[in-house]
Amino acid sequence: MEIPYTTEARPDTGLYNGKFGIWLFLASEVMLFGGLFSAYVFLRNGASDWHAWHEAAELNISLATFNTAVLIASSVTMVMSWASLKMNQFGRYRMYLALTVLCGLIFLVVKYFEYSAKFHHQHYPSTNTFLAIYFTMTGLHGIHVLAGMVVNTYFLGPGAKMWRTEPLRLTNRLEISGLYWHFVDLVWIFLFPVLYLL
Amino acid sequence: MDAHHHAEAVRKHVWVYVAVFLALLVLTALTVTARSMNFGLALAVSVALLIATVKGSLVAGYFMHLVGEKRLVYIVLAITAIFLLALLVLPVLNLHDGLVGTGTGPWSP
Repeated sequence: MEIPYTTEARPDTGLYNGKFGIWLFLASEVMLFGGLFSAYVFLRNGASDWHAWHEAAELNISLATFNTAVLIASSVTMVMSWASLKMNQFGRYRMYLALTVLCGLIFLVVKYFEYSAKFHHQHYPSTNTFLAIYFTMTGLHGIHVLAGMVVNTYFLGPGAKMWRTEPLRLTNRLEISGLYWHFVDLVWIFLFPVLYLL
Repeated sequence: MDAHHHAEAVRKHVWVYVAVFLALLVLTALTVTARSMNFGLALAVSVALLIATVKGSLVAGYFMHLVGEKRLVYIVLAITAIFLLALLVLPVLNLHDGLVGTGTGPWSP
C-alpha cells in the first residue's frame, strides 16, 4: 500500500502528512519537557537551600557553554544538509549530515564526562532535589539527542538510497528529522540557563 | 517551507542560516556574561529567560521554518502554548501558599 501525501501537500491541511505528524509529535514533546520545567519551578520554590545544592553540585559552566555552541552548530549543519538536497547537492548533504551526527556525538561525550565528574564526587540523583531534577532533565534530553543521532545515521547510510528513486520524498524526510533535531536544540537552549546559570 | 520550493530560493536562505548561527553564538556568550554581573535573582531570571526566548524564537522561526509556515501548524502550536503556559503558571501560584522556601512542603525529603 502506498503512503499518501509523502511529497505533495494534502489539500485540507496544506502540508505533506509527515510534516503535520512531526508537529503534532513535537507538541506532545513540548508538554513532556514543559511538565518537567513546571516540576523544576515547583521544587525550587519549595526548597529551603536550593542555592546551596546548586553550589555543591559544582556544575561545569564552561563545558555546558561549549556544549551549547556544539548543539547550535549541529542545528546549522542539519538545516544546511536539508538545503543541500533542495539544491541537488547530494555530496554536500552527506557531509553536513555527518557533521550533525558528529556534533551530537561530541555533545554526548562531553555530557558523559560531566556525569562522570558528578558520580566521582558522590553526586547522584538521590543526593538532593536539585541533582534529581538536573539528572532527570539532562538525561531525558540526552536520550533525545541519541535518538536524533540514530535517525540521522540511518539517513546517512541505508536511508540515503532513496535519493536515486524518490529524491523529493527523501528531502521531506530530512526536513522532518531536522524539525525534531532543532527542537532538541531548542530544549537545551532553555535547559542551559535554567540548570547551569540560575 | 513548501515541498516545491525552488533551489534558488533555498540558496538565498543559506546566508540567513549563517546569520542566525552567529546571532545564537553571540546570545550564548551574552547569557553567560550576564551571570557574572551578579544581578538579583528576579533580574537574573528575567534576563536569562529573555535571552533564551530570543534564541528559541530564532531556532523555531528560521531553522524550523516557522516563519511562513502553514496556518494549521500555528493552530497546533497555539493550543500547545496555552497548555504549556498553564503548566508553568501553576507552580508560580504556590508562591503565596506560605510554604515557599521553608522546605516544609510535600516536596521536602
